Amino acid sequence: MNTPENVLGTEPAFIVNGAGRSFGPGASHTTALEWLRNNRLTAAKEGCGEGECGACAILLAQTDRDGATSWTAVNSCLIPMASLDGQEMVTSEGLGSPEQMHPVQQALASGGGSQCGYCTPGFVCGMASEFYRRDRTPLAQDTQQPTPGERGPNGFDLHSLSGNLCRCTGYRPIRDAAYSLGAPTDDAWARRRDEPAPGYRATDLKRSDGQFVRATTLKQATTLLAENPTAILIAGSTDWGVEVNLRARRAPMVIAVDRIPELDSILLTDTEIEIGAATPLSEIERVLDGRIPLLAQLIPQFASRLIRNRATLGGNLGTGSPIGDSPPALLALEAQIVLTSAERQRVLPLADYFTGYRTTVKEPGELIKSVRIPLPLSNLSAFHKITKRRFDDISSVAVAFSLHIDDEVITKARIGLGGVAATPLRAYATEKMLTGQPWNRDTIKGAAAALGAEGTPMSDHRASSSYRSIMLSSALIKLYTENNLIMEATP
Amino acid sequence: MSHLSRRPADPAVGASVPHESARLHVSGQALYTDDLAQRTAGALTAWPVQSPHAHALVRSMDTTAALAIPGVIRVLTAQDVPGINDCGIKHDEPLFPSEAMYYGHALAWVLGEDQNAARAGAAAVVVDYLPLPSLISVAEAIQAQSFQGMKRTISRGDADAALATADRVMSGVTEFSGQEHFYLETQAALATVDEGGQIFVQSSTQHPSEAQAIIAHVLGRASNEITVQSLRMGGGFGGKEMQSHGFAAIASIGTLLTGRPVRVRLNRTLDMTMTGKRHGFHTSWEAGFSSEGKLLALKALLTADGGWCLDLSEAVLARALCHVDNNYFIPHVHLDGRVAKTNKTSQTAFRGFGGPQGMLMIEDILGRSAPLLGLAPEELRRRNFYRDGDSTPYGMPVRHAERVTTMWEEALERSNFAERRREVNAFNAAHPGRRRGLAITPVKFGISFNLVALNQAGALVHVYKDGSVLISHGGTEMGQGLHTKMLQIAATSLGIPLSGVRLAPTRTDKVPNTSATAASSGTDLNGGAVKNACEQILGRIAVVAGAMLGVPAQDVRFSGGLATGLGVTDQSFTFAEVVMQAYLQRVQLWAAGYYRTGGLHWNPELMQGEPFKYFAGGVSVTEMEVDGFTGTYSTRRVDIVHDAGDSLSPIIDVGQIEGGYVQGVGWLTLEDLRWDESNGPHRGRLLTQSASTYKLPSFSEMPELFNVHLMEHAEEEGAVYGSKAVGEPPLMLAFSAREALRDAISSFGPAHHSVELASPATPEAVFWAIQESCKAAGTSFEENALSAARLRPVTVRP
Repeated sequence: MNTPENVLGTEPAFIVNGAGRSFGPGASHTTALEWLRNNRLTAAKEGCGEGECGACAILLAQTDRDGATSWTAVNSCLIPMASLDGQEMVTSEGLGSPEQMHPVQQALASGGGSQCGYCTPGFVCGMASEFYRRDRTPLAQDTQQPTPGERGPNGFDLHSLSGNLCRCTGYRPIRDAAYSLGAPTDDAWARRRDEPAPGYRATDLKRSDGQFVRATTLKQATTLLAENPTAILIAGSTDWGVEVNLRARRAPMVIAVDRIPELDSILLTDTEIEIGAATPLSEIERVLDGRIPLLAQLIPQFASRLIRNRATLGGNLGTGSPIGDSPPALLALEAQIVLTSAERQRVLPLADYFTGYRTTVKEPGELIKSVRIPLPLSNLSAFHKITKRRFDDISSVAVAFSLHIDDEVITKARIGLGGVAATPLRAYATEKMLTGQPWNRDTIKGAAAALGAEGTPMSDHRASSSYRSIMLSSALIKLYTENNLIMEATP
Repeated sequence: MSHLSRRPADPAVGASVPHESARLHVSGQALYTDDLAQRTAGALTAWPVQSPHAHALVRSMDTTAALAIPGVIRVLTAQDVPGINDCGIKHDEPLFPSEAMYYGHALAWVLGEDQNAARAGAAAVVVDYLPLPSLISVAEAIQAQSFQGMKRTISRGDADAALATADRVMSGVTEFSGQEHFYLETQAALATVDEGGQIFVQSSTQHPSEAQAIIAHVLGRASNEITVQSLRMGGGFGGKEMQSHGFAAIASIGTLLTGRPVRVRLNRTLDMTMTGKRHGFHTSWEAGFSSEGKLLALKALLTADGGWCLDLSEAVLARALCHVDNNYFIPHVHLDGRVAKTNKTSQTAFRGFGGPQGMLMIEDILGRSAPLLGLAPEELRRRNFYRDGDSTPYGMPVRHAERVTTMWEEALERSNFAERRREVNAFNAAHPGRRRGLAITPVKFGISFNLVALNQAGALVHVYKDGSVLISHGGTEMGQGLHTKMLQIAATSLGIPLSGVRLAPTRTDKVPNTSATAASSGTDLNGGAVKNACEQILGRIAVVAGAMLGVPAQDVRFSGGLATGLGVTDQSFTFAEVVMQAYLQRVQLWAAGYYRTGGLHWNPELMQGEPFKYFAGGVSVTEMEVDGFTGTYSTRRVDIVHDAGDSLSPIIDVGQIEGGYVQGVGWLTLEDLRWDESNGPHRGRLLTQSASTYKLPSFSEMPELFNVHLMEHAEEEGAVYGSKAVGEPPLMLAFSAREALRDAISSFGPAHHSVELASPATPEAVFWAIQESCKAAGTSFEENALSAARLRPVTVRP
């Protein structure tokens, strides 16, 4: 196979649908989608420009834990093409042709899975990614439900398409096509999984609109940042990509930190779990494998699979948004944040990190290196995310509970809140009210009222302030009732 | 049986033929307008200068800074319009306005070498505004008596007198929001000019002929100097019936002035902030019932939120008034309708075109009234169905009234409604926090354009000497499968296999003076025209084949690609052989087809007549589950029985039904257009202007079980091959989802509690309705949940 090095020396270069391509003309901010389309690869479409619709989805060959390759679906509209230097990608036109369709394409085409067809290439890539997922295994016969559910009999996880929107079909034929897929045959993409994915290169692209640099060591990143304190740091670029597309923001320098070993790792010890700031959420989910129940509840509700394949905790905390989904959970877990600069490293409680609306204590020249979650964990946790839409929506309110209950007494309470103030909050007053109290109706009733009064929510297009306040109280009552009642006596 | 609806033996229609472009869609080879632009060397990109005020005079505009930006070629302003500065059909829609009428209104367009340059140029144009007072909500417009266009009234009998003597009179207000089309492909156009000054425009449009006419008058040219092509759209839903024309006109002016190709492609934010949406309505009503729950009278005032200019609002209002009855006979009716003028985008056609709005009002009335009348909602609905011999308030007999009744019974049976009603009740009794609801609703929807003149279509069919066939017609493809059905109709008409027919892109130089592909009429009209053209050709070559077979022309049969003669058993000729022989005999092998819908008449002043060729319809049953803690919900099961006539392609029709249902559920539950109605600096701004803030249904809204059944033996006499229109009617099947939510919410309240539910019924709206139900029952949801919890032992997860 062609390698990018064969194509051109130091200019960014890629393998696209099996062929080596060089970056060529284009700006440092040029997205993968723009690049593909400017090069007449127009299968991927722009539907929203912010990673919400998936019409731009493509496949990236990414390293999985075993050193092999997984075909990972990502939103090409959010990713700077320069950040894919050395990488290998496939679009739906690369997977098959009208005369020789890929099995995924065949299933969609024959089942009525396309109407206007505009979203279809993105669905094809999302489905192909799941089609080639190594640990996708058919459900056992006896676990097959009368209703289709969110996992097909072939093990296809419908959540893999949670970031793809279709306005025509109503989704049923797309689901049926996905659930009809068999196992991959010994095709080129299946075989490709057994070889390592391409490594990342130290990229440095200067164009008239700015400079794109991939830092490969922490020292290089902090040095660059010290010299260029206004530089934008990206890992998955799921937030910065939106700024570039929707608000036309440009930066003199963008530094990619996604391939710095200290930032792209998860360390498990007896006393804590340290998650690198640039580790994609999908990877965190895979590696932790349920070890932190609160995160196991949170991550499937965080945006969509397409986003989670790129998005990171560092990015979610770095934006300082009051409605990011991870801060409430991390607050409830009493996480610490590790900030690093060229001069120093400091560790502080996440609760002390946020200072105001989209402002934090992070100073110019500092980057988020990791998040540390202390062990042991409390024994009752829950993540309540209030949204209009169940898949892929931004929360109007998020409540994370981490409670320890010992002999029917609440011995420890940590509650993180999102969407009810200018910053994510710890519900200190409610925590105090709960601690040391019996886990019963009276305790919960009083604490629910207190929780409803924490925060100062606003009314906006997502929800009214009064609804937001009540959702706080409701969350605690719901947590209590659902952990006192076996609600489903009969299925 | 009419000639038009009769199917021959072995027809290509009726088979489940997937979309003709499906293979192109899935392999990414299907080209859309902006994909064509990517393949056009040297194309400039246009980007708008948008108003940051809901209403303001433009005192002056300075483009100097924009022109200094590298890559900016030109700024288009009103001075650049060679013809008439108007892109509408009502002369109220300046392409380059001197007065910004809504937040986001495009005032000028910057042409750049690429999007970055054009966008930077637009940001650099300096506009001096004089802000003016604005009206944002319908309520504000009503308060200020700000209306536009004609007021319309449908009246029958004496509603006032009937209300005065009715056993029960209900009254109320039903308000509901609009809906963003959110076609996945945003508005796009690409224009080029040739050496003779001919303008060629590729437009993502449902209405190429009107685009051509508007471009012609904007450029001050004749229509024969403009050609518009619509290859395919990435969704339309009505949003590209009118609103695509201005963008095509901008691209056309640009190419004319620069000599270079010019592309317009809105990004999502531009599209959402600049283009019209489904009309939201404010309605107030009084309904009189007999003690048995028979509707006696309805009096209502419907106010449509038209936005800043008329666009299609009058026609949308007319269709809304014509669908207030849905499938219910109301003897005495007085309906007044008007269009509010507000400082928002100009609301436009959207799948159903007012029909859904009229029907939402009556379904809301019935849903709210049923408990007060002591009737189950399905019983109240059923008692008021049309019967044969009834006529609508606008004077049209309801032919085949029994069809909806038949489908109603079938839907009850297929959904196992009675047993599931018991299951739902049992579930609700056992679950303080979560409740289920079940509902069944009907749809009756009139098919044809209300404006009679629009009900005509043309086609051009070429048979080449080798027997291959190329068809062109006036309809456009937006995903609905029209082209697939046209191929099936041509193959059936000519008696050849589907593979023998190809379809050429829709262009105004092939078929002129077409109507929009709208009103669900695409297949009826264009299919009639394609069939007509094929039959002209067939009539001519039958003479040739008859001579070859030794039988009279009327005894020749074309089927399966062969010409045979009645009683001739020893020989047949292939279609290609007959065609070649016909060519040699100098027989014309192509034809222009034409179709116009018969039997229509409509008086728009009186709002009386028979505007529809027939009624399409269906019945849906939906079960929802709601969470009382949050108001969130999910769709457990949907059963639909739908009348698509004798379907031309079941796979395509089922796709329209499922997609329409889910889109309707989106409108009624999830999709929440919010505008800044404050007096702050961004008054009038659309707050939900992106996919992250405006949520369409996703996989999580798809019903877990989704059963769609096409009514059998449903041939529509007098429509092409017995089929029926299926584009719009299914959208209104979604009312059963809204009514199922209402049913679930009512279980929190006392018996006979009337549930008022906001539209869209977002989780928050459902939550407040549940709180109201609990309040009516004299209980608190939270208290109930907690007391239920107290009864059980503690069970903490490890």
